[in-house]
Amino acid sequence: MRAWKTAIAACAIAMCGSASAAYAQDKTITLCWAAWDPANALVELSKEFTAKSGIKMKFEFVPWTNFADRMLNELNSRGKLCDLMIGDSQWIGGGAVYGHYVKLNDFFAKENISMDDFLPATVYAYSTWPKGSKNYYALPAMGDAVGWVYRKDWFARPEIQAEFKKKYNRDLAPPKNWTELKEIGEFFQGREIDGKKVYGAAIYTERGSEGITMGATDAMYPFGFTYEKTPGKYDMEGAVNSPDAVAGLEFYKSLYKCCTPPGHSDAYMTEDLDAYKSGQTALQMNFFAFFPGIAKDPNVGGEKSGYFANPPQKVEGSTLGGQGISVVAYSDKKAEALEYIKWFAQPDVQAKWWKLGGFSCHVKVAGAPDFPKSTPFAGEFLKAMGSVKDFWQEPTYAELLQAMQKRVHDYVVADKGTAKEALDALIKDWTATFKDDGKL
Amino acid sequence: MSAASTAYSVGEASPRVKWIAGILVIAYALVALIPLVWIFLTGFKSPPDSIAYPPEVLFTPTLEGYVNLFTTRSRQTPEYINSLGPPQSWYDALVRERNMVITGPSRFIDRYQNSVIIGFGSTFLAVFLGTLAAYGFSRFKVPLKDDLMFFILSTRMMPPIAVAIPIFLMYRQLGLSDTALGLILLYTAVNLSLSVWLLKGFIDEIPREYEEAALVDGYTRLQAFVKVVLPQMRAGIAATAIFCLIFSWNEYAFALLLTSGEAQTAPPFIPLIIGEGGLDWPAVAAGTTLFLLPVVIFTVLLRNQLLRGITFGAVRK
Amino acid sequence: MAVGTIDRIAERAARITPFGAANRMRGLSDRAIAWIFIMPSILILLAINIFPLLWTVYLSFTNYRANQPGRPVQWIGTANYERILSSGDIWGYLQVTAHFVVWTMLIQVALGLGLALLINRGFKTSSFWTTVILIPMMLSPAVVGTFWTYLYQPQTGIFSYIIDVFANVGAVDMIGSIHLAPWAIVIVDTWMWTPYIMLLCLAGLRSIPAYLYEAAEIDRANGLQKFWYVTLPRVLPFLMLAVLFRGIENFKMFDMVVELTSGGPGSATELASINLKREAFESWRTGYSSAYAVILFVTVFGLGNIYVKALNRVKS
Repeated sequence: MRAWKTAIAACAIAMCGSASAAYAQDKTITLCWAAWDPANALVELSKEFTAKSGIKMKFEFVPWTNFADRMLNELNSRGKLCDLMIGDSQWIGGGAVYGHYVKLNDFFAKENISMDDFLPATVYAYSTWPKGSKNYYALPAMGDAVGWVYRKDWFARPEIQAEFKKKYNRDLAPPKNWTELKEIGEFFQGREIDGKKVYGAAIYTERGSEGITMGATDAMYPFGFTYEKTPGKYDMEGAVNSPDAVAGLEFYKSLYKCCTPPGHSDAYMTEDLDAYKSGQTALQMNFFAFFPGIAKDPNVGGEKSGYFANPPQKVEGSTLGGQGISVVAYSDKKAEALEYIKWFAQPDVQAKWWKLGGFSCHVKVAGAPDFPKSTPFAGEFLKAMGSVKDFWQEPTYAELLQAMQKRVHDYVVADKGTAKEALDALIKDWTATFKDDGKL
Repeated sequence: MSAASTAYSVGEASPRVKWIAGILVIAYALVALIPLVWIFLTGFKSPPDSIAYPPEVLFTPTLEGYVNLFTTRSRQTPEYINSLGPPQSWYDALVRERNMVITGPSRFIDRYQNSVIIGFGSTFLAVFLGTLAAYGFSRFKVPLKDDLMFFILSTRMMPPIAVAIPIFLMYRQLGLSDTALGLILLYTAVNLSLSVWLLKGFIDEIPREYEEAALVDGYTRLQAFVKVVLPQMRAGIAATAIFCLIFSWNEYAFALLLTSGEAQTAPPFIPLIIGEGGLDWPAVAAGTTLFLLPVVIFTVLLRNQLLRGITFGAVRK
Repeated sequence: MAVGTIDRIAERAARITPFGAANRMRGLSDRAIAWIFIMPSILILLAINIFPLLWTVYLSFTNYRANQPGRPVQWIGTANYERILSSGDIWGYLQVTAHFVVWTMLIQVALGLGLALLINRGFKTSSFWTTVILIPMMLSPAVVGTFWTYLYQPQTGIFSYIIDVFANVGAVDMIGSIHLAPWAIVIVDTWMWTPYIMLLCLAGLRSIPAYLYEAAEIDRANGLQKFWYVTLPRVLPFLMLAVLFRGIENFKMFDMVVELTSGGPGSATELASINLKREAFESWRTGYSSAYAVILFVTVFGLGNIYVKALNRVKS
């Protein structure tokens, strides 16, 4: 019988627990974001908000590989877990069209928050739907793009410099295009440095969420890949599978094959960081968001690492990262959530945000003349942000992303078919999705 | 047993055969234990030790994994850390050695607590309702009994993901998404089929004569059930409860799809334990150890009931 | 039984009876009690199992999407089914699933039966070691999948290291190689579930009366003959039951594999359930994935029924 009593007690606790939780958090709002370096900075920053407004902050951080999955599930179940959502840039279409996010235009007008105070590229990418319209569903919170880190200390060694020069007839320096990048990768692959075998580059190959798409497009944009021939027309034939796009994808596969550490078949941000920080690779592809953390790292921080924006090939192009902050439409505490956004939009808060490791999109911060020199990567960040391209931000983005994950992973990692076949199949998948959605 | 006198009889194997059989079984058991022992050890490694090659069997144990499991931390510059003054506690000091400061508790305790509440809550309901239904099916003429019993069993054949689609829609409508109550009800339903079948088997074994005697003595049916049948079922109820509890404790798919924060249980959470900017294997191992430990202890302590339940349930069906 | 004890039990029973007073039920007929006892369970199963199942069947004929609230739901007949059955990709996922189910069953039957035969020799401490062997099957599959990713790490994992020590093949990338990944999930499942097959075989072995062996002895049967004519026929029904249960579970497999490989590399370990989860909860093609779910359910049910018929033939 004792077990029964325990069980009854557990039941009672469960019922009370869920009821009391609803009352106790009157003055507490929950912010949902990915679990990564900038999120810790935001926790630090938000203490000031709590001190000023008396509104307590709770945080729900989910690792990137589960972030979209978990949070879109939460939004689609119309859950009240999150009052504020720093949702990924691609969610904005669904957030607006399916009514997950509160439209912020009236609020901005009332509180005198002007979108002109934020970098135009970030407003376009993180806040607007339809794209480029004046309908705002988020405030740009975190600017980001895929960039590169390299081992400055290894690059600087005279014997390595000499050998590289002999082999490639140029100085070993951050690459000016993708061909050079691959050469650097090949040069370091399998080399012994300080008695340890090292490898060329840590790149994105993750299958489950969005990893390999973010990585492959980072190579394909500079090669000339586009989603449509005419923007807004969904005419993908000849764009998605253009010879340039095929060349870009083939190049990414060759980089995966030649220059990555063993077992690098399912790597995203954390795996790349691990590989680089443990001294395994000379290059690392990753989001700028991690660069403040790398700069502070005991193993590879300080002068040991250098940074460069995604190199061009035919054109300039970088995969966009970054997020805007939105108010969730199902929240019971929208007023408090808006108050947070109002506070967050202030220039001095934005300045502190950058200081703590967040990438502010405010023109008074990122547009300031001394910004490029403020950190070793700030200049490269601005450069990358000048030519960022994002994946589809359509409401059906998750479906489109999944198709690309499968086709690209099948081709790059699992050696299935050719690049052209993969991209042809991708057009077929995407066409079906757009037809279902009434866009075609 | 007369045949036991000859050395090669099957009733009793020869000492040599026994010896070889023993060695082989123990060898299998030891190999099967390696992964568990390894995870347990990894919980006490430092992050660099956990990714050393060749893998380290001997290492300096540290509680870093457990500290990381229970806290969230952020990386800071040494200057900032020095400005904080001396560490407040041993775990503070441990974290600072890695240029980190503790920023707060992690969500692990919440998730673990959810697992306990949901596990026990649903087990209680499944066993309680299952006992009643099993008694009904065992002792009374119920129309369409066989069909109903089959219906109860067939509900177990559906892939959880398939059931999850309409459940998700239903819970969204009823506001049960991400609530402990929602998961308790769901796990109860899943466990009910097993619990009814197992318990019916146990009740069938109890001779009806006991109750009939009680009825003759002037007991009502209900009294006879409570005073005569229930006490005899104690072992069966225990076995059933363990199974229900283990299922709810371990369940992942529904928890993944129907909870996001408030009511999330440990299984979908443990894979998410990663440190700031890197996979933190010791913390994952620590979480895994704490989560698996109760089940391992359960298994060893209650092995007889478990064995009975597994074979009994399967053979009955 | 002392009257006092009975009263105390009755009191306690009254307290745990949900409808309050047992007194109220005192005069109830057996029939009424039967229904009162059975109905709550039936209702819960109807609400949380059967109603959703019917709903799934209905949705499978529509173009419904759970993430698009405003979109009108249209009846589109069997279009979803046609699309699934004509999809080469889904056929591929079913093949991956079949590979997983068939190989896990074959290996586990061999290992499980072998272990059961050995344990049945009754060596000292056999019951202790049986318990030890059981532990993996009690664990959470998702958590097991998570920590096996660590054991499988090609450069730092103990699995790769042990293989290298014995076979000297260098780093083994179990979950990164399309050739090895399907076996990586078979190995973990075998590690977890061989004990289950073993246990049921053991139950079968223990049900064999000794006189059968004595009779075989008199007929001068050798060890193999005894196994073939006495042991196997008696164990087979138990073994086949175990395979039925595990087969169904593995056909539905989701949690362990999703944490271990998330379906990759490429689609090498993309089991049907994993793909279904993507369609239903990432792409939110609710109608389409409902049809997918119905197809999977019918497949399990159909295969299960064929199997049960075979099982009954073995039994008789």
